[in-house]
Amino acid sequence: MANQVEADKRPLSPHLQVWKFHPTMLTSIMQRITGVGNALGVAIVVGWLFAIASGGDIYRCYDVFFTSIFGKIILFGFTVSVMYHLAQGVRFLFWDMGKGFTPAVANFWSYFTIAFGVLGAVGVWFFAGLIPGVAV
Amino acid sequence: MSNSMRTPLGKVRGLGSARDGAGHFIAQRVSAVALVFLVPWFLVSLLCATRGDDTAARFANAEAWLSHPFNAILVLLAVCGTIYHMRLGLQVVIEDYITGHTMRIALLILNTFASYGLIAAAVFSVLKVAVA
Repeated sequence: MANQVEADKRPLSPHLQVWKFHPTMLTSIMQRITGVGNALGVAIVVGWLFAIASGGDIYRCYDVFFTSIFGKIILFGFTVSVMYHLAQGVRFLFWDMGKGFTPAVANFWSYFTIAFGVLGAVGVWFFAGLIPGVAV
Repeated sequence: MSNSMRTPLGKVRGLGSARDGAGHFIAQRVSAVALVFLVPWFLVSLLCATRGDDTAARFANAEAWLSHPFNAILVLLAVCGTIYHMRLGLQVVIEDYITGHTMRIALLILNTFASYGLIAAAVFSVLKVAVA
């Protein structure tokens, strides 16, 4: 509060600006960003279900948009976001059990979850036959 | 200094724990455990189902896929579980970053409305295809 006269005697937590960068910080922030991104993705999925229920003509509009290059970029970004959030979420479950807090271990799994997000999404698209020029 | 960590302002306001934080924390994680299994199934199953050379083929495949009771039930679980998890997560994001009282309340209400709206749309759509 701006007009609080008495000085605050409580210990303060370090402000974001004075923190040295570390991978777990990045993955934690990314978990929030991908979580919000996934919320938008859920709306796309529900819209897709609604398009199926609405019949072939409505579905065609949906299909045209999401098979365009712009639509595919959105869907691939959504896939990366889901795969990353999934891997990082599993790691949070291990953290909740008190495991994996040693700096070396925590840093390794930070980079692992980022790699899993990107490579996992490429894997899903490969498996789905959506990578141009690659037939499965 | 007293044995309390509370500020004078905090004492005057008399605000403390809302007493339901643990329930939120547990619900977020229980839904996460369910989604660890549901989301990969959903991704793989959906991407296989929606293959097709043209729009008409993709529509027919998607409709046939969603008509199967097993798929319809798991789609509902995956989508509704995701929206439940989403609502809890977005609630925390709003509470952390939106400091204005009116805006915060408005966004929390919007979060709830949007979540139930998405659930209603998903349930209606899946049942319309699967039960038809």
